[in-house]
Amino acid sequence: MKRIIAIIVAIIAVFAFAACGPTEKHDVKIGVICLHDENSTYDANFINAIKAVQKSLGLSDSQVIIRTNVDESIDCYNAAAEMVDAGCNIVFADSFGHEDFMIQAAQEFPNVQFCHATGTKAKTAGLSNFHNAFASIYEGRYLAGIAAGMKLNEMIESGKITADQAKIGYVGAWPYAEVKSGYTSFFLGARSVCQSATMKVVFTMSWFDIAKEKESAEKLINDGCVLISQHADSEGAPKACEKAGVPNIAYNIDTGDLGPNTAIISSKIDWEPYFKLIIDAVANGTAIPTDYCGDFSTGSVALTELHENVAAAGTKAAIEAAKAKLISGEIKVFDTSKFTVEGKTLTEYIADVIDNGDYVPETNVIHDGYFDESNAKDFRSAPYFDLTIDGITVEQ
Amino acid sequence: MMEAKPKKEPLIHITKRDVMPLWKAILVRVIAIAIALAVSAGLVVILTQKNPLEIFSAMFNGSFGTPRKILNMLQDVAMLLCIALAVTPAFRMKFWNIGAEGQVLMGALASAALMYFLGGSGLPNGVLIPMMFIGSLAVGMIWAVIPAIFKAIWNTNETLFTLMMNYVAMQIIQICIASWATSGSGVMGVINLNTKLGWLPDLFGQKYILNIIFVALLTVFVFIYMKYSKQGYEIAVVGESENTARYIGINVKKVIIRTMLISGAMCGFAGFLLVSGASHTITKDLAGGMGFTAIMVSWLAKFNPAIMVGTSFLLVFLDKGASSIAMECRLNESVGEIITGIIIFFIIGCEFFIRYKINFRSSGKEAAK
Repeated sequence: MKRIIAIIVAIIAVFAFAACGPTEKHDVKIGVICLHDENSTYDANFINAIKAVQKSLGLSDSQVIIRTNVDESIDCYNAAAEMVDAGCNIVFADSFGHEDFMIQAAQEFPNVQFCHATGTKAKTAGLSNFHNAFASIYEGRYLAGIAAGMKLNEMIESGKITADQAKIGYVGAWPYAEVKSGYTSFFLGARSVCQSATMKVVFTMSWFDIAKEKESAEKLINDGCVLISQHADSEGAPKACEKAGVPNIAYNIDTGDLGPNTAIISSKIDWEPYFKLIIDAVANGTAIPTDYCGDFSTGSVALTELHENVAAAGTKAAIEAAKAKLISGEIKVFDTSKFTVEGKTLTEYIADVIDNGDYVPETNVIHDGYFDESNAKDFRSAPYFDLTIDGITVEQ
Repeated sequence: MMEAKPKKEPLIHITKRDVMPLWKAILVRVIAIAIALAVSAGLVVILTQKNPLEIFSAMFNGSFGTPRKILNMLQDVAMLLCIALAVTPAFRMKFWNIGAEGQVLMGALASAALMYFLGGSGLPNGVLIPMMFIGSLAVGMIWAVIPAIFKAIWNTNETLFTLMMNYVAMQIIQICIASWATSGSGVMGVINLNTKLGWLPDLFGQKYILNIIFVALLTVFVFIYMKYSKQGYEIAVVGESENTARYIGINVKKVIIRTMLISGAMCGFAGFLLVSGASHTITKDLAGGMGFTAIMVSWLAKFNPAIMVGTSFLLVFLDKGASSIAMECRLNESVGEIITGIIIFFIIGCEFFIRYKINFRSSGKEAAK
């Protein structure tokens, strides 16, 4: 009898220990708040990433809750609070305008970690449970810009356009640093291979507006733009490009299905590393960085598949070469010798890095001959490059 | 040669019913909702292969899952009801005010502006909040009375006028945000996040309780005003027939303008509650289309404030259910919206059967009798 009991106890103990092994993650529950749903390329990028992380970490559906179509209003606070009630120990929000409502929730629930993408206030909010995250996506944009420049060169060489006609059109969402930094780095990438490239930018004043993005792309094409890129989150621009037969470079997701004959490549922030990082941190009881900026080394900055049927020959090699130089530090995207503002080379730029809500710039971000963008250690992860450089015209 | 056939009675004809007994009317509505749920369940199974019970339970959880969800639901009901109450007097008068959205937004803007500019002035909440209250009501009244004056004096079309005023209000808000928040994605952010100046206080440690109490009081007020006051009677008469109103000595112009002032004040009040008691910010989407949904709430309730409590609850319940389905079942929110659409379709549709009767052509036998 004793022997049987001993065996049973031993078996239970084995199972119990086996269950205890890699299961700290069983206590983690993450809530993800999205401004739109999967129809927005921006939100789809987050949703795909969290689902992939859920799968790779073996989390159950009840440990990952995703709430879509949450406005940048009290709705965001309500959604966050409901997630806390549901047992989430991490709440993540994906849109710039969610930030204050996340801070409001973070003040109220000090035991829950609140992580916010693209935000600027983690360093000034004075809360140990509120964090910002972004990535050095300007480097990814620069590489996508190289693909654009190569395509422009191909058009010039084939006689389709003259060198002066190498004009890029860009559909931007809102005129502030995140968008401006994105199109400037893209343009600098294009001009690093096609010297005569110029760019025209229009803003839609909305993150997601299919009709407006489509119209803006059409307008740019009519204006003589021979290649289009965008930082606005709908299918509007890629579809307009496919219809007009104008090559397109996208953001966040691969648009090969929207533009089989025009999509070249997309740059994107891969949020998987960050989701993994915050889930691991909570599971292991370690701290989440106040401000996190992913890059090539963390796998946060990525390019989607290069569509070789549309891209110019040699694009892949050119991107690889530039990527290696960016990683080694041999080239800098915002090298001040590579661009001018109103005809002048910059030696100093005071940016609004410390977000006190006052919109007053206070920090010089140019040193050692380059504009030091998204430096989370010394400055912050969210972009602060908000200049209009020569070669880019912005339609107000 | 063709023989002339005797003219046949049409297969179906529709007649107006006498008043249906209440139990029967309730039964019709219950049956309508039951059919709506059955149709939605069928559709869900076809589209998603999921258990419809799981989906309906997710829908229910959206409003009743936790105490906080109940509170959030009551807050949303209160806001929708507040705006529905605001549009009611004008609609009762057959003044088609579809400008509630803009009136609420302008009221909200007034509160937000006072919070923004006076947040650092050292004024205590005891002074600032009453100022915001008065400011919102006044601006809401101004926004509503403009089309009313044009209607009363020049008989302009109030539907178009009030609709266009919504877009003007949204643009004014965009301009204000652009000048206050000089960088960013058109978002003002929470005003006075750290000082909480101009924020309605929490009651019993909970947000929104004051909002809910205020709107409950307003419901009683509007009910009494519409049913028992002289002004409420005048509104009803003008709504039935302007000529009758004139004949019995009612000053129609005065009633139109006065009623729109009251409507506008209530919309402004809703704006005040949205800013001071909930969001503490201003965006052009702050009213979120409630200015239009409120018309449906008021109409479905036949302008009766007591029934409006139920209709606004129904719409909020469906809306919250839709987003809860998306979250719990990992389906796109559109599935929830399809279900909402089906349910509303049946609810509106059943009103037809309550008011009208469908007669089929009687069979030959019966005709011979």
